Amino acid sequence: MNKAKIKRSILARLIPNLTSLTKKGPSGWMVILGLAIVSALVIMTAIGPWIAPHNPSKSNVGPIRAPPSPQFPLGTNHLGQDMLSRILVGGSIMLQVAALSVLVCFLTGVPIGLFSSYVGGFLDSTLSLVIDAIYAFPGLVIAIAVAAMLGPGVINMALSISVVYIPSYFRIVRSQVLSIKELTYVEAAKSAGAKWHTILSRYIFPNVIPSIVVVVTVNFADAILTAAGLTFIGLGVTYDIPDWGWDLKNGWTYLASRAWWIISFPGLMIILLALGFTLIGEGLSELLNPKLQR
Amino acid sequence: MMSEIIKVEHLKKYFPVQKSFLEQLFTRKMSHVKAVDDITFSIKKGEIFTLAGESGCGKTTTGRLVVRLLKPTSGEICFNGADITKLKGEKLRLLRRKMQIIFQDPYASLNPRMSLGDAVGHPLEIHGLAKGEEKKKIVLDVFDKVGLTPPEQFINLYPHQLSGGQRQRAALARSIILKPELIVADEPVSMIDVSLRTTIIDLMLNFRKELRLTYLFITHDLAVAKYMSDRIAIMYLGKIIEMGSKQRLFLNPMHPYTQALLSAIPVPNPERERKVIELMGEVPSAINVPSGCRFHPRCPYKKDECTEKEPQLIEVEKEHFVACRLY
Amino acid sequence: MPLLEIDSLTVDYRTSRGTIHAVEDVSFSLKKGETLGLAGESGSGKSTLGLSIIRLVPYPGFIAKGRIKIGGKDILKLPEHEMRSIRGRKIAYIFQDPMTSLNPVKRIGEHFVELIRTHEPNTSKEEAFERAKDMLNNLGILPERINDYPHQFSGGMRQRIMIGLAIALNPDLVIADEPTTALDVIVQAKILDLLESLRKIYGMALILISHDLSIILERCDKIIVMYAGHMVEYASNTELHRTPKHPYTQGLLQSIPNIELADQKLSAIPGSPPNMLNPPKGCRFWPRCSYTKKICQVKEPPLIDVGHNHFVRCFLYSEEGVHDE
Repeated sequence: MNKAKIKRSILARLIPNLTSLTKKGPSGWMVILGLAIVSALVIMTAIGPWIAPHNPSKSNVGPIRAPPSPQFPLGTNHLGQDMLSRILVGGSIMLQVAALSVLVCFLTGVPIGLFSSYVGGFLDSTLSLVIDAIYAFPGLVIAIAVAAMLGPGVINMALSISVVYIPSYFRIVRSQVLSIKELTYVEAAKSAGAKWHTILSRYIFPNVIPSIVVVVTVNFADAILTAAGLTFIGLGVTYDIPDWGWDLKNGWTYLASRAWWIISFPGLMIILLALGFTLIGEGLSELLNPKLQR
Repeated sequence: MMSEIIKVEHLKKYFPVQKSFLEQLFTRKMSHVKAVDDITFSIKKGEIFTLAGESGCGKTTTGRLVVRLLKPTSGEICFNGADITKLKGEKLRLLRRKMQIIFQDPYASLNPRMSLGDAVGHPLEIHGLAKGEEKKKIVLDVFDKVGLTPPEQFINLYPHQLSGGQRQRAALARSIILKPELIVADEPVSMIDVSLRTTIIDLMLNFRKELRLTYLFITHDLAVAKYMSDRIAIMYLGKIIEMGSKQRLFLNPMHPYTQALLSAIPVPNPERERKVIELMGEVPSAINVPSGCRFHPRCPYKKDECTEKEPQLIEVEKEHFVACRLY
Repeated sequence: MPLLEIDSLTVDYRTSRGTIHAVEDVSFSLKKGETLGLAGESGSGKSTLGLSIIRLVPYPGFIAKGRIKIGGKDILKLPEHEMRSIRGRKIAYIFQDPMTSLNPVKRIGEHFVELIRTHEPNTSKEEAFERAKDMLNNLGILPERINDYPHQFSGGMRQRIMIGLAIALNPDLVIADEPTTALDVIVQAKILDLLESLRKIYGMALILISHDLSIILERCDKIIVMYAGHMVEYASNTELHRTPKHPYTQGLLQSIPNIELADQKLSAIPGSPPNMLNPPKGCRFWPRCSYTKKICQVKEPPLIDVGHNHFVRCFLYSEEGVHDE
């Protein structure tokens, strides 16, 4: 199977598409804006450690709970840590968790969905029933339950979020495969003697990709929010590491004492990151859907 | 004596009708769509044999059965003398090299995500016959044969960049690239512009000679059938009701249905007098097939025995068979 | 006064990739009770032309130039609510696909009643129902089926219902866009015969749009052949059949298999229909024409009167064309 080749060809087609996106109207601009936001935040998090003015984990670099000032543009938190430095590097955990969970979901949900819906029959009906049962639960509840079982940590957070999202991938893939496998060009491939794995990988999967892309972006957005949520209730990151979710949790405590900057800036970053992914997803969804024109 | 490349005997294909959950619980009776109901015919090597009829008569299903895209409910299919009815697995895959099918809809029969070169050359890859440069050479050659010139330009195009006629040529190219012996053509020109149809038809006729092909041609357009075929079988509600050489069938149509069908075909001549034979009613459902002769509810010559006995195909004149009590 | 007058009509589609002149400079007129056939292949503009007559060209299409007069009145200037009273009442349109043109959750009777009462609001429900039953009778459908739903009818019967809905208000003109393409040959003949007999009873004019030149030749008195948005030939059906003048028409006639001829030699028209975003300069047919000359590739040929009420858009018949080499 040529997964690497497929991924490479997706990228190869992506670059020229970016310029054509500008011509596609409001949805095209949504995608561009979303990509801009996400790229900016990812780059910021990546080079954060080098451009941060202070060590984000070092306490008492400034006065405790100091409001924004020229020296500390985003203020300091209850441990005297510089908020700006913490913001610059705080997205790291969240992005890792989100990326990892998307990867896990993609590598499990998609193949299972492809195979199950192609084979059909009893396997497919049973699997759909199980998946639908998981899907019926509110995402955060499952994430909390799994996280509580597994304990804290980046990988465990990613896994608990993955469990929530695999059903979405499965369902989207399944609905696409069910309609595509009846199409004439699949029949043509069969009549040429293609084996089932060739049909799935070269005829069905490439045509399912557009719909998966949308799920991936929504998955990212939601994973970020869920990761923040888990940390907020104490099931995510539990030790002091620069993390927007962690700051959110602490900032909540100090909101009463009018230290609004401790919670606001991390909160803003989380919203921005989730918004970026959502814009990409929404824009892509609109672009890919009414594609049947003449 | 030409050998028979395809021999079909008492072929049946029934599709079970989906029942609702409650129906499944409370009724035991299964109803079926009798798409193909006991047909027998053979195709001689090198000839163009046409299955003609209106929609729902079973011709498309028969075509799919012959290339074994469907499994028969009962009956036998023989290819070059060998029984292929129950073939599966690797043996079936090897058979695919010798039989190919062209579909009706040029817009749906090509994978939108595969370049033309990849799509047409894929059969070669599947059967391990050629790859890389060698595959490209064969594809270029076949593009040339079907008139997609210059071939180098078409190799990298995608289906949405082509017109319907060009797509069908690509489909034709894909069907001949394995050098098959038999091609089943399912309404290959009915979704193409009229002025382009003859190109595709002529290509198919040329390939018959050049590549020594045999065709099973499926169509509802009897005018095209008359232009192309050597022998024609008319199907109605899953049965063959008349079969014969082109000359005999059109000169002397015997079955009342054939007569009505021929009389209804529009002719591009405003000055001829149209005498359309009126048929009562419409084609009944293939689930509840009329008793006896299936055509009796609409037949102007119906008698009592038509509702009781199903007529068999009888050779009334040389190479001309009819299934009707009138003969 | 003619029932319908079309004068230099141009209909464009403004797409993100450019403007398509789907119909360009088409003029003709139709008298009461006449039958006109619009023949052409995909991209010829015949459907767009039909839709423009009732001003239903879908976005991003719009009528760019020209005039459409119904009974002497220019309908392009009418406000939408007045246009709505013309649609269905004065001009009826039969769409191609009977499978999706009927509302699946409304009974057949309701379709008719709604139509009648929209345009003739003083009709009582009972009256409208009676008229609907009468219409079903004329269509060859059992009147008892008035309470059935569309899915309970076959394709052929649904198309008959569509025809019934079209003529229910006794319009002056019926435009039928590929009314039988989705139907089998035997049903097709019945439908067209039905349309013809009802037309004669009610004295309606008919515009039949089809890619099937055979049925147009058989059933229409006058024929317009369209190619790439242009009207390339206009003649009576017998005239067109006996002496087709435009190379496209000739090519078309030579590519249709005629079941009554013994040993036919069919020939195709080389090439393919043009890309409407970038059609050929000059005569749009020149890349496929065996008689093409230099002038064809540069100038668009005018519509030329060749006598017997026969018009051709081709330089072969103009002074300029004859002298060009």
